[in-house]
Amino acid sequence: MANIERPLSPHLQIYKWPLAMAISILHRITGVALAIGAVLMVTILIAVASDTQCYEWIHGYLVNKISKVFLFLWTFALFLHLFNGIRHLFWDAGYGFEKSTTTKSGVGVIIAAFILTFSVWAAAYYCTNV
Amino acid sequence: MTLRTPLSEAKGLGSAKEGAGHWWLQRLTAIALIPLTIWLAFAVAMLGDASYETVLAWLQTPYVAVLLILFVAATFYHTQLGLQVIIEDYVHGWLKIVTLIFINFLCIALAVAGIAALLKIFL
Repeated sequence: MANIERPLSPHLQIYKWPLAMAISILHRITGVALAIGAVLMVTILIAVASDTQCYEWIHGYLVNKISKVFLFLWTFALFLHLFNGIRHLFWDAGYGFEKSTTTKSGVGVIIAAFILTFSVWAAAYYCTNV
Repeated sequence: MTLRTPLSEAKGLGSAKEGAGHWWLQRLTAIALIPLTIWLAFAVAMLGDASYETVLAWLQTPYVAVLLILFVAATFYHTQLGLQVIIEDYVHGWLKIVTLIFINFLCIALAVAGIAALLKIFL
């Protein structure tokens, strides 16, 4: 094999971070975060299937402030991943490849994720206080 | 007419006829998860006091049990497919194989555990 120092394409650090790039890597990061959240979901289901004590035990961990911050971030990750997933499905179908369109759909994904996250938490607070 | 070289034809390797399988299942589970996720997020948020009795009664509702079993199945299938791609991108050699086996087993085990818990609650 020839061992020639070929010019390398510039690596990630050299680029300015456009929105599309940030959302792209966020899709993966939120995916991993949600996989961890899925483990928690199964843990809760097993606790409910066991007995009251088991449920109270895990419920106790979930209602403090730090847990709520995590649950809020998980909710946001969930909707960011969901709406960006829909964006990916449109790309798969062959729509929305224009540079201006990808920026607009990217902004749309973030706005939609914020709206749904706050709606879910508003619903939670409303139903808890009723 | 074929675009393959005589050598590649003689070797007989090539498409295993399932090239788009992973891609397609990732999309299929994604589409299933869109309505399921939105429903679940609001349904859980609206559980109110979230006492044991409330949660149990909710999980024993037939349509909830069905939708949640579907959600758990689609979630872990989608998770396995997604994590596989990430591992294939960033982990190499033996570690890749070991991680892939571990993630596969873990996703299947969690899916079975989740569905078993849901069935126990429902039945």
